[in-house]
Amino acid sequence: MAKKLAVLDVNKCIGCMECMFACSRRVGRVGFDKSAIKVRSAGGIERGFVIVVCRACENPPCAKVCPTEALRARKEGGGVILNENKCIGCGFCVQACILGAIFWDSERDKPVVCKYCGDCVDYCVHDVIGLVDVKGEV
Amino acid sequence: MKVEDMNNVLYIDLTKKGIRTESRRDLFDKYLGGSGVGIKLLEEECPPGIDPLGASNPIILAVGPLTALYPSASKTVAMFKSPLTGNLGESHCGGRSAMAIKLAGYGAIVITGSSDLPLYLAIEGDEVKFRDASSVWNMDAVTVGRVLREVEPGAGVRTIIRTGTAGPKMVRYACAVSETYRHFGRLGLGAVMGSKKLKALVITADKSVEIAKQKRKEYKRAYDVIQNIVVKTDAMEKYHDLGTPGKIYNLNKLGGMACKNLESARAPEEIAREFSGEQIAERYLSRRISCAHCPVGCVHLAALRELYEPGYYFKTVTVPYDNETIYSLGFMLGMQKAEDYLLLNDRVDFVGMDAISTGVILAWATEAYAKGLITKQHTDGLEFNWGDVQVYLEAINKIVEMPNEFYQNLAKGVEHASSVYGGQDYALAFGGNEMPEYHTGLACYMNNLTGARHSHLDSAGYDLDQKLMGKDFTIEGVVSALLKEEQWRQIPSSLVVCFFARKVFTPEIVIQALDAIGLEGWTTEKLEDLGREIHRAKMNFKFREGYDLAKLRIPKRIFEVPTPHGYLKEADLRKAIDIYGEMIGV
Ligand code: SF4
Ligand code: SF4
Ligand code: SF4
Repeated sequence: MAKKLAVLDVNKCIGCMECMFACSRRVGRVGFDKSAIKVRSAGGIERGFVIVVCRACENPPCAKVCPTEALRARKEGGGVILNENKCIGCGFCVQACILGAIFWDSERDKPVVCKYCGDCVDYCVHDVIGLVDVKGEV
Repeated sequence: MKVEDMNNVLYIDLTKKGIRTESRRDLFDKYLGGSGVGIKLLEEECPPGIDPLGASNPIILAVGPLTALYPSASKTVAMFKSPLTGNLGESHCGGRSAMAIKLAGYGAIVITGSSDLPLYLAIEGDEVKFRDASSVWNMDAVTVGRVLREVEPGAGVRTIIRTGTAGPKMVRYACAVSETYRHFGRLGLGAVMGSKKLKALVITADKSVEIAKQKRKEYKRAYDVIQNIVVKTDAMEKYHDLGTPGKIYNLNKLGGMACKNLESARAPEEIAREFSGEQIAERYLSRRISCAHCPVGCVHLAALRELYEPGYYFKTVTVPYDNETIYSLGFMLGMQKAEDYLLLNDRVDFVGMDAISTGVILAWATEAYAKGLITKQHTDGLEFNWGDVQVYLEAINKIVEMPNEFYQNLAKGVEHASSVYGGQDYALAFGGNEMPEYHTGLACYMNNLTGARHSHLDSAGYDLDQKLMGKDFTIEGVVSALLKEEQWRQIPSSLVVCFFARKVFTPEIVIQALDAIGLEGWTTEKLEDLGREIHRAKMNFKFREGYDLAKLRIPKRIFEVPTPHGYLKEADLRKAIDIYGEMIGV
């Protein structure tokens, strides 16, 4: 069953960045330049946090602007899948995602977008984020 | 970047506006990082006998091998010569500071010299930008943060370390603030920044550390072990739920909470309830936040709606609160309402002063005023009176603005002010640093007197006092336990991990964590030896700068109020100091 990452309750977020570190750890990195999730303050920490991550749109706008079909809509409803070999690093997808959920790996000149793997979820001890079934799936 | 790149030290010369980066593997291999590397850099950079507010006082910011790589390794150690005590200045701060320094590519940053014009430093990529700070120089700590947040890139992955209005005025206990709610609080880093015409540092975490392929599995395993212990130990419950104020009520009940300049060590029941962690949380807690890469979330923010002008003009302020500030600005100043304490805390954070020092100084001034040692002439018309929040709010402003000699003296700390006006018997500073919360017994005062930073976290004497309740003990036993604790604590503060998670980082866990990132060969014995060596180096720096066990001033007041162990005797405390001297061989 296809999954997507969901923000369950942003009010519980403490801004610890453990999710960001978990995402980069998948590729053996400690830092943020390979992370597909970003937590930042909503204009001053007192206002709480904003979690920027792919929300797995149905009919994803980012995929529509990809000239090489490197970024395609997932077959199982919602979200995208990236084939890096086809990606020419044009950055159109970054502009098309109005949530800002496509990050840029400037080392490799490729987009970084969530793979819905759920690694980050395991490290969010405050139950802010979770893996859920994509809509329309049974 | 690679794990080894943390050996890089960034040297910034504010006089020449120049920088250089040097690999100091020699230091990091031997002393890990944080306090260990910090004290060695201080030895190299700080000539003996200098004026702490002169250009030759360096500022050293050091992180450690575990920083950014493991959960709760979230602190930066600052080292400098303290303008408050005249010897070792060491202060720790979380927020995003440690993560940012490490992921900017450095193990330490050394700032020397002094600028002609006010400036701030923007450290991003491999560049250091020296930017004109004239327009923000006299701004408070909150506003300058807001300005720099907007003008500098790197939102979300940077630290902004800045001073408020007290730093530029060189109030000797001015602090440096990071991420609005975290502080390099004690011992006057903000004043040293002020003396260098340095308003702020913005450091962006724009790099990442690559774990070697063959180490990745091991690294993840070591990471998960630590993560699991951190979230399962009592640290979560203790520090996340109510935070450090959770222990206020019981400490007061025990009779170990200094109130009204230690007129007593137990406030009346209704005050204890008013200031308990439970009450404040129920009425004011608005959010819990954490330092970067720490799942605990111990920082508690209160939202306070305040009427500031008749006619329905309200504002809502957010105030970080914890047990130390509730003590110093609440209990010590005889506050009746938690709301009043929060207002004071807000003002202290706004101007950027250490909250403990500020509270203790104002408490002394209140008593000295009541006893007639100082008059309205001194106070510029203010009538100091326990619990009078408006007067204290104005006094805080006056300490920064220094309209007369009296406030200039207050800005130098209670040790100094009492040497001018008298009242030393109740001037509650130890080694020149204003005292922390506890009046629990021999151990807490030995900690205050002989701890390298005169901070309650040096050897946690307050904790030992409480553990010894109802037990037989000897002075030798107490002194040796404190010394051992302080020596070991040099290891967590060199790695650098948060003291709140210190129980997680046993020698075994530390060795595993270091191994997993390729720093092999550490043993329990080697770590313990290093702890002793770092502690010794810190004490040597103090002795070099004039700290003298034989000359320690002990305010009489602490012998006049019973502790939970009964009245403390001066002879016992002096004996303990002698024993301490023998133990460390001075
Ligand atoms: S990257 Fe943005 S546009 Fe594309 S699917 Fe995710 S949220 Fe939608
Ligand atoms: S689900 Fe996986 S890819 Fe997506 S943000 Fe979390 S760790 Fe990264
Ligand atoms: S791990 Fe959870 S609490 Fe921490 S920043 Fe991410 S979403 Fe927020």
